[in-house]
Amino acid sequence: MPMPSEISAQLPDEESALWLMRLGAAGAERQAALAELHGLLLRASRFELGRRRATLPHLRPGDLDDLAQQSADDALVAILAKLGDFRGESRFTTWAYKFALLEASVKVRRRAWQGREIPLEREAWATLAGAARTERGAEDGELFAAIREEIESSLGPRQREVLVAVALNDVPIDVLAERLQTNRGALYKNLHDARRKLRAALAARGFDLELDRKEER
Amino acid sequence: MSEPTAPGRGGDELLARLLGPGTPELTCEECFEVLDAYVELAIAAEPADERVPGMRAHLEGCPACTEEYHSLRALLAPEEGGGPR
Ligand SMILES: [Zn+2]
Repeated sequence: MPMPSEISAQLPDEESALWLMRLGAAGAERQAALAELHGLLLRASRFELGRRRATLPHLRPGDLDDLAQQSADDALVAILAKLGDFRGESRFTTWAYKFALLEASVKVRRRAWQGREIPLEREAWATLAGAARTERGAEDGELFAAIREEIESSLGPRQREVLVAVALNDVPIDVLAERLQTNRGALYKNLHDARRKLRAALAARGFDLELDRKEER
Repeated sequence: MSEPTAPGRGGDELLARLLGPGTPELTCEECFEVLDAYVELAIAAEPADERVPGMRAHLEGCPACTEEYHSLRALLAPEEGGGPR
């Protein structure tokens, strides 16, 4: 169920309206707008790749630029397909940038995991056991032990697979989606359901979960 | 702001990743839909979380969307230096 958002459609600002007009034009004007937009998308893609450079130590500079070009190309295709969805809730360029950043960040995560196996549950249990040992005493040890038991007994197979991979083994959700031939949204739903079940199971065993979390507001 | 995928995280962070925000949250698709407007509000120091309920919770729960949020914010407002959320 979508949540009510107070962000509402409004008339695009002048610059955004100009973008829409030029992209909707014919011939040379549209071509010029497409080229300019592609340039912005390329800049955003390179920006993202620069931020994630450390996760791709083996990539050559040429490969990196290929990745930026592909991200900009794919973002442009996505943008043209969704142009009708732009509601003027932000500047057009901000709206466009998010497509390039998404394309680039997904490509980086997948590239970083290329040829790498998804870690096994055994490694996740080791992470939990490590947290249990290093935390603030017996109570945390009990909590982390209970978490493992409930992951093994309360969750469905897909919920368990996604929670272990994403929350414990640090597998990016897009990488997992690619391996399992599904999409990020579907896997996040599995993750969300797994977390809800896990919370309920732990609460039923008497753990006060809110005390264990730092409130941040 | 530390990256959500940083290794060697503490127990609190591990718990947060295991248990999620525990409050109603947007889906990844809804998050992407409002990301541009949310980031512009945040940069303008408008009450972005009031205007987009469920967004903050999703960002707490979803490492991938959080990375994209930080990237868009850093691209648009480099002067913040990747600063506060
Ligand atoms: Zn998400």
